[in-house]
Amino acid sequence: MDPDTDIGGPLHKFPVTNHSAIANARSDDQVARQRALDTILTSYWKPVYKYIRLKWQANNEDAKDLTQGFFANAFEKDHFARYDAARASFQTFLRTCLDGFVANERKASNRLKRGGDMHHYQLDFAAAEDELAAHSVTSTLNPEDYFHREWVRWMFTLAVEAFRQLCLESGRMVHFQLFERYDLNDDDSDVSYASLGLEFGLEPATVNNYLAAARRDFRRIVLEKLREITATDEEFRTEARSLLGVDAK
Amino acid sequence: MKWISDDNLNHLRTIVNDPDFSSTKYTFVKELARGGMGTVYLAEDRELNRLVAVKVLNTPDVTDDLCRRMIREAQIIAGLEHPGIVPVHDVGTLADGRIFYAMKFVRGSRLDEYVAQGAALRDRLRKFQAVCDAVAFAHAHGVIHRDLKPQNIMIGSFGEVLVLDWGVAKILKPQMNADELRSIRIHPRPSASNQTMDGTVIGTRDYMSPEQSRGEIDQIDERADVYSLGAVLNFLLAGKGNKAARAICSKAMAHAADGRYSSASELSADIGRLLDAEPVSAYRENAFEKVGRWVSKNRFLVLLVLAYLLMRIFFIFTSRS
Repeated sequence: MDPDTDIGGPLHKFPVTNHSAIANARSDDQVARQRALDTILTSYWKPVYKYIRLKWQANNEDAKDLTQGFFANAFEKDHFARYDAARASFQTFLRTCLDGFVANERKASNRLKRGGDMHHYQLDFAAAEDELAAHSVTSTLNPEDYFHREWVRWMFTLAVEAFRQLCLESGRMVHFQLFERYDLNDDDSDVSYASLGLEFGLEPATVNNYLAAARRDFRRIVLEKLREITATDEEFRTEARSLLGVDAK
Repeated sequence: MKWISDDNLNHLRTIVNDPDFSSTKYTFVKELARGGMGTVYLAEDRELNRLVAVKVLNTPDVTDDLCRRMIREAQIIAGLEHPGIVPVHDVGTLADGRIFYAMKFVRGSRLDEYVAQGAALRDRLRKFQAVCDAVAFAHAHGVIHRDLKPQNIMIGSFGEVLVLDWGVAKILKPQMNADELRSIRIHPRPSASNQTMDGTVIGTRDYMSPEQSRGEIDQIDERADVYSLGAVLNFLLAGKGNKAARAICSKAMAHAADGRYSSASELSADIGRLLDAEPVSAYRENAFEKVGRWVSKNRFLVLLVLAYLLMRIFFIFTSRS
């Protein structure tokens, strides 16, 4: 198999995916539109904040204001409704808008004056700042790659949280705990199906089955989250490959 | 929310990406190759205790378009029972919802790797002829490959030649066994758009016919594959080969489809004649070239006659002295 094979129309027009927050950002339905903007905010605020801190060398207070200001401005002026999937991925479009916004704000030097009437979103900047402090930025990454990597990390973080919530609501917390112990194990201790079986009072085969089911659910959630923030099928496929780090080779 | 380390992030990516074979008789072994539509994995068939290659869609396709392409690819290959086409063993849906099909695992190297290993020109041409024969068989069954290139051709460990990746093939006439196709119990949501629309560009630039590059789907027939075969031949010749070989290449790659060989069989026949040092249809020889080719073909006889003549001359001189 070879990745060179080109499949696609000369105009690269693809249908819009259902349930896409990007598509709904231009909806006439106020509720759908608001939900879409919330999804975009949730999916991108943390990578945006960290990117501003890294690329624009903003201190944490300025970065908070710029993050709030960027989303408030974009939602107010319907910037995301202007996104054209044929030209770039939404992630690239958002980052370009962000660079433009920060540059303008810097030029006008009025960013701190916005505070009064600006809408403030409830965002956990302290957690983002803790992460920045605890995990230093790799010097080899350029700001664009850093933004992408942090977006990938944030998407998986949101998916883990959604999966935890799903398990909690469906009374399957043991699935989540097994998943957390086996697949999100940060320490170097050897964790096996047998040791987890002993710990949770399950047969190793049951641990295997539970983990397989957990991973299946987790996979579905990750792809659903991605589908929400991509505008077209083609963008979904491209971003899925990028998110999973499996670009054709 | 808990911070996800880089190691865990990579692990989670793998979890999401790796195929979930838990509902099948296959055990994941390793990834073999990744393409635009799907990834091929090496897997073990636990029932038959053998290794197979399993092609799995990269990501679930929301419109089912890729699922249809994948099933169609499996059906096309299954309908083409030929030693030069990899047999499909199985098709189905994984527990994670992705379509897969299992096929024979071919041990060997791709045609470009085979050439890089320093294969002799004559051997390359023999392999090329085998490729033409497999493609001619597909054409006889109304299937146009549309993506022939060295990367889609395998040379097996025993020298067998296999044409792979029928994912973008076009069916000219439905000659496959309809009952066999219906027996495959995978039915994605029906759609009116399971055929390539005019204006769509499919293939690989360097090996694509002009009509294919222009997206003229209706104009694509066997001769589009003949063009791609010409491009493969050009790759195999790598600037070598005599005038006849280059003429075959030029004819196969003629800009206008009417100027090309009308079929892969015709091209194969010309390659056969080239290998047997007989006149090829693509090139008109002058008298000297005809003699040169005759000499080349009858080298042993010519050497024998020359040796005889030399001996006669030697005897004449020795008897006079």
